Amino acid sequence: MLRPPSLVNVTTIVKPTPKTRNGQDFFHSPKLSGVEVPRWGRSRSTVSGQSVCSIRGQGGRQERFKGIPMAQAVSSQRGPVTGTAMRSRKRRPFLLDLYSTAVGKKYVMAVTGIAMMGFVLFHMIGNLKMYLGATDLNHYAKFLEELLYPLAPHGVTLWILRAGLITMLLLHLHAAYSLTVLNRRARPVKYQSARDYQVATFASRTMRWSGIIALAFIAWHLLDLTFGVVNDHVGTKDADGLKDVYGNVVFSLQRVPVAIFYVIANVLLGIHLFHGAWSIFQSLGWNNPRFNKWRRTFATGFAAVIVIGNVSFPIAVLAGVVGN
Amino acid sequence: MSNSIKNLTLKIWRQLGPTVKGAFETYNVDEISDEASFLEMLDYLNERLISDGKEAIVFDHDCREGICGTCSLMIDGQAHGPQRGTATCQLHMRKFSDGDSIVIEPFRAAAFPIIRDLMVDRSKFDRIIESGGFITAPTGGAPDANLIAIPKPVSDAAMDSAQCIGCGACVAACPNGAANLFTGAKVAHLNRLPQGQPERFKRVESMVETMDEYFGSCTNHGECEGACPKEISVDVIALLNKDYRKAKFASRKDLAR
Ligand code: HEM
Ligand code: SF4
Ligand code: FES
Repeated sequence: MLRPPSLVNVTTIVKPTPKTRNGQDFFHSPKLSGVEVPRWGRSRSTVSGQSVCSIRGQGGRQERFKGIPMAQAVSSQRGPVTGTAMRSRKRRPFLLDLYSTAVGKKYVMAVTGIAMMGFVLFHMIGNLKMYLGATDLNHYAKFLEELLYPLAPHGVTLWILRAGLITMLLLHLHAAYSLTVLNRRARPVKYQSARDYQVATFASRTMRWSGIIALAFIAWHLLDLTFGVVNDHVGTKDADGLKDVYGNVVFSLQRVPVAIFYVIANVLLGIHLFHGAWSIFQSLGWNNPRFNKWRRTFATGFAAVIVIGNVSFPIAVLAGVVGN
Repeated sequence: MSNSIKNLTLKIWRQLGPTVKGAFETYNVDEISDEASFLEMLDYLNERLISDGKEAIVFDHDCREGICGTCSLMIDGQAHGPQRGTATCQLHMRKFSDGDSIVIEPFRAAAFPIIRDLMVDRSKFDRIIESGGFITAPTGGAPDANLIAIPKPVSDAAMDSAQCIGCGACVAACPNGAANLFTGAKVAHLNRLPQGQPERFKRVESMVETMDEYFGSCTNHGECEGACPKEISVDVIALLNKDYRKAKFASRKDLAR
């Protein structure tokens, strides 16, 4: 790196200490302390062919920097030079350590995203039972409660799965929140002219919004069909004495505003997955020219299957296909 | 055959210093050859400003042949302007037409403070390089050429990543102000080669952690790849993520560290 010698103003050079941290460092360099070394990040900066210094003395310079060559004005804001050295940061337990960087948080987003994708897929497939009639759907609901019975007591496996999902959701949410904060801080002053995006998609740029609406949907969904807070039919038994899940669904989706909310939320979830199901491969470092071209196909296909399946339910109920 | 472009309106960001408020100012260029580069067009404008006794527009540039990474500029909302795989210095006026209005803004990111007008300080990239973008080698006599065998595809892939000129367009283009393409390119360059192996995992940990201090995070928008004058592929980001995971999870006894 080229440093204009006239600008280098080294006061003290502390001798390199030949200390090895845990015997792991390969590289040591002189530590400069109390030093203000103006550094040229770029080899040369000029104003249209004139060197920077030659514009000194022109009118209209900022008050603070009057009389100071521009490079020094800039360098005074930079920290002391540390030299090249791979750092040995104090390590936390490895999962926390991983989660402490943005790259690690993206691993958490991707893993929790995959878990939720698995849930959403099986949830949708399970719900297709409503096309077979009330008995099938209600027995399927019973089957879920009896998962692994008699190994596990009634309903326990289901609650373990639910607890897992809630954990996944909370982790996903926390990672999304902290990455958003990081990103906002990384560009405090926005571009003042319109951006012309070339590659970023509507889906990738609205992950936060599609995610938040998915969250609102999940909350409503639980109040509606799980806890029955907004669904008076919940609690009714069918002819076999089973919970009438079928009736609950029909009751809920016959309310037109609810059906519309279901459609909108699922389309947005599809948009979330259109980007998310592609993005997981990058986040997890699964990149291989042999299968790269299938990543887009997978994401589009997955999102389409979820949207078509889930959106069909409110439409089927409103059309009377389900419920008679 | 050279033609000329007439009646350009330029909206250029002017800002006296890092902490001063800036604003767009409008300039006209009546006529410029379509063989002029974008920066030559700015030179031409600056000469006029200087002869009018006005302050010249400050912008970064050096080699003007697309290899040093000094030039920058957001041109009409795109880092390095509308031509793919091209640095601003290699962008020519033939990309524009008569009567065009062009908006020129500096790269914007917390890590790239504006020095003046269109010039930004990209030394945070140096911090990333200092923390791992090198190999440690004994400085003895020059080793024989081809002493270390490297498979051709590996060396090609490493050289593709080595093309990164550190211009910062990836950060500028990224909606999150993330530097993963730059860091990924540097990591992929060294981690793919035998010479990079001893420090492979330490490098990736160290560079990722340094990057975290100054830059945003990657949402895999892919905007960086679109803006990169060297068309570095987002594949390097996946490699960065993979090596970072290995650095954290794999048995440290088996990793080269
Ligand atoms: C609680 C509501 C949710 C919020 C607030 C949310 C938010 C986000 C955000 C902001 C991202 C992008 C993160 C980034 O790269 O910067 C993301 C990624 C993702 N989300 Fe969600 N999301 C939510 C629910 C869901 C659900 C229910 C699923 C799955 C069915 C899901 C699957 C994914 C996937 C697969 C990714 C991609 C992860 C990656 O880039 O590696 N999300 N989410
Ligand atoms: S990766 Fe491309 S855009 Fe980013 S600094 Fe390197 S050359 Fe510039
Ligand atoms: S001036 Fe060197 S790359 Fe543009």
